[in-house]
Amino acid sequence: MRTTVDGNGGAASIAYRCNEICCIYPITPSSPMAEQADEWSSHGQANVWGTVPAVMEMQSEAGAAGALHGALQGGALATTFTSSQGLLLMIPNMYKIAGELTSMVLHVAARSLAAQGLSIFGDHSDVMAVRQTGFALLCSASVQEAHDLALVAQAATLRTRVPFAHFFDGFRTSHELNTIELLTDDDLRAMIPEELVRAHRARGLTPERPFMRGTAQNPDVYFQARETVNPFYARVPGVVQDAMAELGERTGRHYGLVDYRGHPEAERVLVVMGSGGETVRETVAFLQAQGERVGVAQLRLYRPFPAEALAQALPASVRQVAVLDRTKEPGSLGEPLFLDVLAALTESHADGQRELMPSVIGGRYGLSSKEFTPGMVAGVFEELGRKRPKRRFTIGINDDVSATSLSYDASLDIEPAETVRAVFFGLGSDGTVGANKNTIKILGSEESLHAQGYFVYDSKKSGSQTVSHLRFGPEPISAPYLISQASFVGCHHLGLLERAEVLERAAPGATLLLNCRHAPDRVWDTLARPVQEQILAKQIKLYVIDAGKIARDAGLAGRTNTVLQTCFFAISGVLEPEEAIERIKTSIAKTYGKRGAEVVERNQTAVDRSVQDLHLVEIPEQVTAERELEPPVPAHAPEFVRTVTAAMMVGRGDELPVSALPVDGTYPTGTTQYEKRNISELVAAWDSELCIQCGNCSFVCPHSVIRSRQYNQSNLDGAPDGFRSAPLNAPGLPDTSYTLQVYVEDCTGCGLCVEACPVSAPGDQARKAINLEGIEPLLPAERERIAFFEQLPANDRSRVDFGTVRGTQFLDPLFEFSGACEGCGETPYLKLVSQLFGDRLTIANATGCSSIYGGNLPTTPWTTDADGHGPAWSNSLFEDNAEFGLGLRLAADSHTELARRRLSELRELVGGELVDEILGAPQLRESELRAQRDRLGELERRLDECDQAVVADLRSVVDHLLRRSVWIVGGDGWAYDIGSGGLDHVLASGHNVNVLVLDTEIYSNTGGQMSKATPLGAVAKFASAGKTMPTKDLALQAISYANVYVARVAMGADPQQTLTAFREAEAYDGPSLLIAYSHCIGQGIEMRHGLDQQYKAVASGHWPLIRYDPMVRAANGNPFLLDSPRPRILLSDYRKEELRFRALTKRDPAEAERLGELAQQSVRQRWEIYEEMATRRAADFPADARRDQ
Amino acid sequence: MMDLSTTYMGLELHNPLVASASPLSHTVDGVRRLVDAGVGAVVLHSLFEEQLREGAELDARLADAGTESFAESLSYFPEVAEEDYGPRRHLMLVERAAAAVDVPVIASLNGVTPEGWTDHARAMQDAGAAAIELNIYYLPGDPSVTGRDVEQRYVDVLQRVKDAVTVPVAVKLGPYFSSTGEIALRLDEAGADALVLFNRFLQPDIDTETLAVVPGLALSRPVDALLPRTWIALLRGRVRSALAATTGVEDPVDVAKYLLAGADVVMTASALLRHGPEHATVLLDGLSAWMTRKGFQSVEELRGMLSVPLDADASAYERTGYVTTLRAANVRAYSAW
Repeated sequence: MRTTVDGNGGAASIAYRCNEICCIYPITPSSPMAEQADEWSSHGQANVWGTVPAVMEMQSEAGAAGALHGALQGGALATTFTSSQGLLLMIPNMYKIAGELTSMVLHVAARSLAAQGLSIFGDHSDVMAVRQTGFALLCSASVQEAHDLALVAQAATLRTRVPFAHFFDGFRTSHELNTIELLTDDDLRAMIPEELVRAHRARGLTPERPFMRGTAQNPDVYFQARETVNPFYARVPGVVQDAMAELGERTGRHYGLVDYRGHPEAERVLVVMGSGGETVRETVAFLQAQGERVGVAQLRLYRPFPAEALAQALPASVRQVAVLDRTKEPGSLGEPLFLDVLAALTESHADGQRELMPSVIGGRYGLSSKEFTPGMVAGVFEELGRKRPKRRFTIGINDDVSATSLSYDASLDIEPAETVRAVFFGLGSDGTVGANKNTIKILGSEESLHAQGYFVYDSKKSGSQTVSHLRFGPEPISAPYLISQASFVGCHHLGLLERAEVLERAAPGATLLLNCRHAPDRVWDTLARPVQEQILAKQIKLYVIDAGKIARDAGLAGRTNTVLQTCFFAISGVLEPEEAIERIKTSIAKTYGKRGAEVVERNQTAVDRSVQDLHLVEIPEQVTAERELEPPVPAHAPEFVRTVTAAMMVGRGDELPVSALPVDGTYPTGTTQYEKRNISELVAAWDSELCIQCGNCSFVCPHSVIRSRQYNQSNLDGAPDGFRSAPLNAPGLPDTSYTLQVYVEDCTGCGLCVEACPVSAPGDQARKAINLEGIEPLLPAERERIAFFEQLPANDRSRVDFGTVRGTQFLDPLFEFSGACEGCGETPYLKLVSQLFGDRLTIANATGCSSIYGGNLPTTPWTTDADGHGPAWSNSLFEDNAEFGLGLRLAADSHTELARRRLSELRELVGGELVDEILGAPQLRESELRAQRDRLGELERRLDECDQAVVADLRSVVDHLLRRSVWIVGGDGWAYDIGSGGLDHVLASGHNVNVLVLDTEIYSNTGGQMSKATPLGAVAKFASAGKTMPTKDLALQAISYANVYVARVAMGADPQQTLTAFREAEAYDGPSLLIAYSHCIGQGIEMRHGLDQQYKAVASGHWPLIRYDPMVRAANGNPFLLDSPRPRILLSDYRKEELRFRALTKRDPAEAERLGELAQQSVRQRWEIYEEMATRRAADFPADARRDQ
Repeated sequence: MMDLSTTYMGLELHNPLVASASPLSHTVDGVRRLVDAGVGAVVLHSLFEEQLREGAELDARLADAGTESFAESLSYFPEVAEEDYGPRRHLMLVERAAAAVDVPVIASLNGVTPEGWTDHARAMQDAGAAAIELNIYYLPGDPSVTGRDVEQRYVDVLQRVKDAVTVPVAVKLGPYFSSTGEIALRLDEAGADALVLFNRFLQPDIDTETLAVVPGLALSRPVDALLPRTWIALLRGRVRSALAATTGVEDPVDVAKYLLAGADVVMTASALLRHGPEHATVLLDGLSAWMTRKGFQSVEELRGMLSVPLDADASAYERTGYVTTLRAANVRAYSAW
């Protein structure tokens, strides 16, 4: 059966139908495999033997591997899906599973490993790190293969008992949509005889036939025992080849362990594995047609290495071989595939099987989904043809440091003319990708057409840009690289035409569809000069449509996807326009049918209107514009930002040479300030007359775009027109003015500020002291006002009231303009940490949303104050963040101790009084910290005058004399699941770390999977039928240690309690745990009402606000403080606002009711426990053993 | 104990007191309390197709929010969360309520689309509803819509639902027709098993303090019973459909009055909301006591005693004073404008 799926879908379809158990853990880009398995399982879909596979989400990949090992030893057919760090965490069990000759297939969407930086994109670093485990490695190069070879792997593992890792390129294959033929259940049953399944089952543990497996072995036998498996591995290549042949017989699709394509007497050959092989194959065909004697050996089986098959595959005529590795092994003689191929050919030659020993060179390509194109392939062939080709090389980058890179012709285009190539530039929020996926489905179902789609997203979670690459043609499409010569370019936002490489991807004579408000006869004049130049130079046909208007008129609330999809069909010529329109309408009826006839009608009206309102623009013969494109960053930005960061921002990061990049992953902070994204048409605007200067709006702003300053009136001299100011609303500060400045170009228009504003205009409830207004009339004047605002004197931190929400608005945020979702519930907490402690802050950040909006290039939000001090930030891994943070603390403690010792030793030299003051200084209040900074300034001055050799050691650690604040930040996926063990240990360590858990109650970053923080009854991925386990009480766990400061906070419910808790936690000399309710787009809420939901979470008792302060216990008080009043609304009143709960009510109301009642009961029970604790005597709590009581 | 049993649309009822659609019938427990207090039947709270659809659209939008924007989180919900499952929760209530009590449970429906009316009505029947009450809550906001069109809409909806289900179908009407009598006859002819008089429309109010338009919902008072009672008296015997009185039932006297005017059953929500479901017992005990005092043996005996006689001529109308009352009612009805 023909269908259009992505690689993940293709592989999961087989894995699910051939297994009984899936033990999984989400990780990009493999997550969709597990998610689909869970969906099928929740729908009761059976495998080919009638069993509905059980899907078990574990706390980590290490956990998944353990459960998998158990399931296999229990005799079940079990599988898992993973990538990257997840695969690394499975390594110990992989050795065990292989050592025990246990049949299974592990499906890997291959991805880079975190080294100098994390990358979610594809290469073979992860699979190469498991090549020694004893797993067979089978590689798929395309979506069809990911489907077919998943079955080959399943058949081969049961026949050989050797476990298989079946892998394909992350994103490039895992996320590429392509038209494939699906294998039927009969195919699966035919390839996997039931007796093999029963044999596998019979090897499971059973008390009826007891045995033991997993003994401890000694020097006498371990070695020999390790060698027992050799015959099993020796059989693998043959068995795999047989299985491939059987598949070929059934389907007509033939695969080999090593497939050779090209000239039968080729001289130059590339050896490659994965999707890159498709590109090489197509390029070889192209070059061969031009008379070149070239070829390619595409490996599918990598372990056990098919040396014989490889030797046989390569023609005897081959003189030069280049082996391409999609991984890097620093310090090695060469990358793994290269070494294997070299060894295999050398042995073959030595054995006399191959007369001519070719010269073999090895190179790296495509790391982290770096493009690998026909031009690069031709470049490698060209290098092979040289007299002395580089022995080790890279292709696809400019390595100006080690001179490894090969040059190539980027413009080489080998694609058949009949393939329609279309590229679409849109925003994540406008439905462009969804519409394109739909287009592929429509066209992919045409018997005469094949379709391919690949989607590129940018690094931000809000206002992100998407680029869709679509190909359609009469032949199967093997082009796993981006489209560079598009015959159709859709630009769905006028602004993108100037920001992105839209026209660069257009082929000469291409059609450009531009969505904009301008009339056809006005459009040309609005385009910048370089844009006009390119349109003329490439003789582009320009069509315009006002899709927004059509969508609005049709009642589609700005969803332009249907309109623009129609336009594509109307002018691209892929199908006859009339037929295409009919197909769109049918598809609309299918997609929207369940939402009612009216919705269908609205969309279908939009389709008709689109055709009518699409206009071809008459283009003058010459450029008429004078306007140039605006530079991506301002001229005053630091050099690194202007050269490196800016290149990444405008999509030219690929062009950066190796020398431009830091050698060790160290990047400057504070770069988001240079990226004015202007993503929202509506932005916050201050009404100075209504404002009571409470600071709420600034406190809750997730993007730090609302800033306050108080300053002497005299500073207003020279203020630009329209600069807003009001007398400071505070006693004792006469002649002082107040300004609340909105950074409009950074505002996302989320509206949290408006919701948080406590005042309304008389007679107009809806008008607040801060409102959302159109940005257009505000610019460019607002830029001048911001510039003026920034030169106002900074607020004096030592005079700010840190104890009140109102006071904190005068503390500059050192976390600003992140790419988090509009209205993010996490970032206000991080901003608060940065405001309170930013200038002496070190952050260990677990992988997750906060590490992405906090640390994803090109620009990052952590920044510095006017003195250049600010948060130092690092991300280690997902699973080890607490330990990582503890390490930072230990280093700081050690160096503080060293600094104090060295300072004491230099007492005579620098002055006893100053030394005593520094060593004895209290450092809790801001004024005390300020005084210490001043003393350290004085110390620096005195050290300057000393013999530097004597003071050098002190200088290297002197900054530790200011109390350092170490924060460990992560989400609930980290704190409750994967990092739970480490967090528990660190909390039990007694060391002074501050742990902030940004609790969204799901894995937000990977797309909404269940965590142990997910509430009872909530629907999430892996809990499609509603979660049936209550949340673990992380706070009580920590409280049980007695010496951990613990608080549960919710800014939207009680900002003052949040502030108090953060300050107490930081001041506490011991471990602190702050669990912060963070509303999230993944909860299915109106983000603008996020704070309201926080309020309801607390009011219903779902999220009781508590603090546990060991210092109070030390002073003989009850350390457990219940900060929120008794639940005063029903849990259901809170839950009904969120899709995660409503989803179950809609689907299974009886179960929703049952779980809802249990959840309500558990709220009551927990509240009773808390109330009891809040009324205990101090002595009823354990004492902190670290202190004298 | 007085025998209060009666029939309504062919359904056997212990007594003529019916709990009409209200928040009290939001839960099975609520329905049980009403039945425990003695009501003869329960009309469940209405299923509003429009709300259902708006909810589905909102959920689809929320499930869609943030998707296809960032490579790691191309969606946030399993597909099940995006799907529209229709009114399963409401149907569960119908099913459970019907199973929980031994009196007829009548489902109430407010549709929008033709399929909405028929599909939901059929699903309600399948879930165990003893009858369907069509809550055709329609206020033509468009001033160009003619009265005839409005009436036709009622008739069409009724016919469609009658074709779709086998259980009895009642139509709940508003009082704002040019000729209430004629529409009643038309609905009767179109097969209505009962006419429920009258629906009360929720009309927005104005808050002079906040200067905002606010939802207006006032519980009915006995004085509001005058108009429906008049129409019941007029329609008694002139339509085949059963007649259900609703609005303005506060104490047993009000029940008695409706029965005397010719109602088959008397519905109440406001009094039960005001005093609690147990107030049904007060109404029924009071009705029994009054019947005992007046020497009535059965509801049948007194029903319609004071309806407009079938052979009444114009002067008879005058004599009964109903027309006068009608005029007064009209004045009240329009004075709101």
